[in-house]
Amino acid sequence: MSVVTDIVEKHPNRRAGKVCLALSVFTLCAVFGLVGAAKADSGPATPGEDGKYTDASGDPTYNIDKDGKTDWYTYSGFRRYHSECHVCHGPDGMGSSYAPPLKDSLKRLSYTDFLAVVAQGRKNLENGQEKVMPELGLNKNVMCYIDDIYIYLKARSDDAVARGRPPDHEAKPKAWQDAQDSCMGAPS
Amino acid sequence: MRRLYTSFLSVSLLALNTAAFANESVQKGSQDPKQWVMQAGNYANTRYSTLDQITKNNVAKIVPAWSFSTGVLRGHEGAPLVIGDVMYVHTPFPNNVYALDLNNDGKILWKYEPKQDPNVVPVMCCDTVNRGLAYADGKIFLHQADTTVVALNAQTGKVEWSVANGDPKRGETNTATVLPVKDKVIVGISGGEFGVQCHVTAYDIKTGARVWRAFSEGPDDQIMVNPEKTTSLGKPVGKDSSLKTWQGDQWKTGGGCTWGWYSYDPDLNLFYYGSGNPSTWNPKQRPGDNKWSMTLWARNPDTGEAKWVYQMTPHDEWDFDGINEVPLVDQKIDGKDRKLLVHFDRNGFGYTLDRVTGELLVAEKFDPAVNWATKVDMDKSSPTYGRPLVVAKYSTEHNGEDVNSQGICPAALGSKDQQPAAYSPKTGLFYVPTNHVCMDYEPFRVSYTPGQPYVGATLTMFPAPGGTNMGNFIAWDATKGKIVWSDSEQFSVWSGALATAGDVVFYGTLEGYLKAVDAKTGKELYKYKTPSGIIGNVMTYQHKGRQYVAVLSGVGGWAGIGLAAGLADPHAGLGAVGGYAALSNYTALGGTLTVFALPE
Repeated sequence: MSVVTDIVEKHPNRRAGKVCLALSVFTLCAVFGLVGAAKADSGPATPGEDGKYTDASGDPTYNIDKDGKTDWYTYSGFRRYHSECHVCHGPDGMGSSYAPPLKDSLKRLSYTDFLAVVAQGRKNLENGQEKVMPELGLNKNVMCYIDDIYIYLKARSDDAVARGRPPDHEAKPKAWQDAQDSCMGAPS
Repeated sequence: MRRLYTSFLSVSLLALNTAAFANESVQKGSQDPKQWVMQAGNYANTRYSTLDQITKNNVAKIVPAWSFSTGVLRGHEGAPLVIGDVMYVHTPFPNNVYALDLNNDGKILWKYEPKQDPNVVPVMCCDTVNRGLAYADGKIFLHQADTTVVALNAQTGKVEWSVANGDPKRGETNTATVLPVKDKVIVGISGGEFGVQCHVTAYDIKTGARVWRAFSEGPDDQIMVNPEKTTSLGKPVGKDSSLKTWQGDQWKTGGGCTWGWYSYDPDLNLFYYGSGNPSTWNPKQRPGDNKWSMTLWARNPDTGEAKWVYQMTPHDEWDFDGINEVPLVDQKIDGKDRKLLVHFDRNGFGYTLDRVTGELLVAEKFDPAVNWATKVDMDKSSPTYGRPLVVAKYSTEHNGEDVNSQGICPAALGSKDQQPAAYSPKTGLFYVPTNHVCMDYEPFRVSYTPGQPYVGATLTMFPAPGGTNMGNFIAWDATKGKIVWSDSEQFSVWSGALATAGDVVFYGTLEGYLKAVDAKTGKELYKYKTPSGIIGNVMTYQHKGRQYVAVLSGVGGWAGIGLAAGLADPHAGLGAVGGYAALSNYTALGGTLTVFALPE
């Protein structure tokens, strides 16, 4: 679970709720996550030094101007979602015959819940559903971009971005590039 | 007409009888039109039945005769088998098998319920479909999602042998049926989105012992080519034909999966299949032609050795996974009788090859929307002979990483996916279920972790320009490479077709209609809405003098994932986005077999 740990350690400003991830206490996280109540209103987005925006509670969030121009993370999340997630969860977070619409799931799941489910997966084998979410905690293609994917889906969930590719986005922040290189390893 | 039909039948029986080998139980069974002993109907994969009780003149009167719930909700591909008086029905994961007594209103004779680790489910990229059972020598063969190949006693359902063909923890899974040939069962494997080095493997039909395994990429001994004897476009492939086309060890995670349909020619003693896309979907990360991914193969089933290969899409840049079926037909080209192989590739080209030599005879677009290549170079003296001439604008390799290449037709699901075409020797035409969908494709960097998705591209799909229909059902002349007629469909056609001597062609639609059309004209003669969307293949059989047509409904698969929410056109401007039909507004999950017949 070193990938997850690294990611969390690089973001010391996160709440205590996420520390359990860094400590790899996944079972506790899951229980905490799945019983978590609906998220409170997150308030306006505050820009950070790394080009990432946070909401009132310090969780990552999107920032979209009146012309639909998104922050870099929302755009990056759009790309990563449509590589890693859409083959089960359908285009634009809309769901499919195979897996639920994350556009709706994020109305119920907190940021912490989201991280926990992605990292350790979940199973729903009731009523012949045979629904299984894989453990992606060791998948760099997902975990190095987990905030990006969360931010994109949060924007979809709040109807802040439309279906399809965001029409424009802020420039790639240097901090993001550095984080990617350190998380993914140097280009081969 | 009857005389014509009789003479056709006797000629074809004669031709088949000259084949001393094949598997006798399969060969004999496929000659008896009352049964349906393999998924494709016969070794040639024509999906043609000589039954003619249901005709174009009376098909409008058919009604559901009986139906059967599979008890499983996921996407239902493939079709049931009928051996004697018993029907064998399979399901998606958990891959249950039912033997139904046709003499007793479909009473369940036995049920086989494998115990599989549910962790195999998310390793299957695009739904837990299974394309059906096979039969030979009194055994029913099931190739489970977790790659366990099982031989069941056809009478009792008892396991006679089972063998693990792969490891789901490494992303190796299965969705395909198997091909029994002589004393072997030949099986493929999935995992192109997980960096699997894919292969074809032969097991002993009596014991399940492994006989040989041939990979799609790697050293010559692993891919089982003979550098001097195996040919490509008429020339020996030479030493290290695959290794030379990969950077370093990338072939070890190279994909080239083998989850499609296999055909077999008993006279030539060759079986045919296509290998899939190279891993990853980011072409920049794997320089070279990536041989032999995206390749049509002719192999000897006894030894595994390849006789010839033809790579359709060198260095794939679009996920044009080359696994579609390869039906074998004998037709005249330029007045000369030829032994042909026909293949409708994901890349939108309909190929006709000489199946003896692998000579390329025809390569034409079977959907006019196809734009990623202008044509396939047919000039034998050209240095690019046999290769597609790629349009730079649509080349994701040319445009590079982190660039969104726009308006590529077809989309990654192909102008046609695995849903198999049918061929009628009476009309000489192929009946092809197609997709009419385009895409934007943006490759980017991705890293490999065993057992984890290894994709590396974002794609957005939308209907082809100039219309809102996402599919067509077409008739194709493979000797000329021409569309003869085309029926427009709202959604991609994701069901395999059936052609019959009654001059009727059947197929299913994603909304759930079973449709019958006139084989000559494409005119719709009948439709009936089944309980769920159809991604299964239509089959026919006869029992106690009555002809039946059967199909599994149960929406899912790639189609259910990509189309459930409807497609959005990113180029249609503000306001038009999301304007296309959402499949979820038409149908819901649930597996049912529906069996049709004329009223008694």
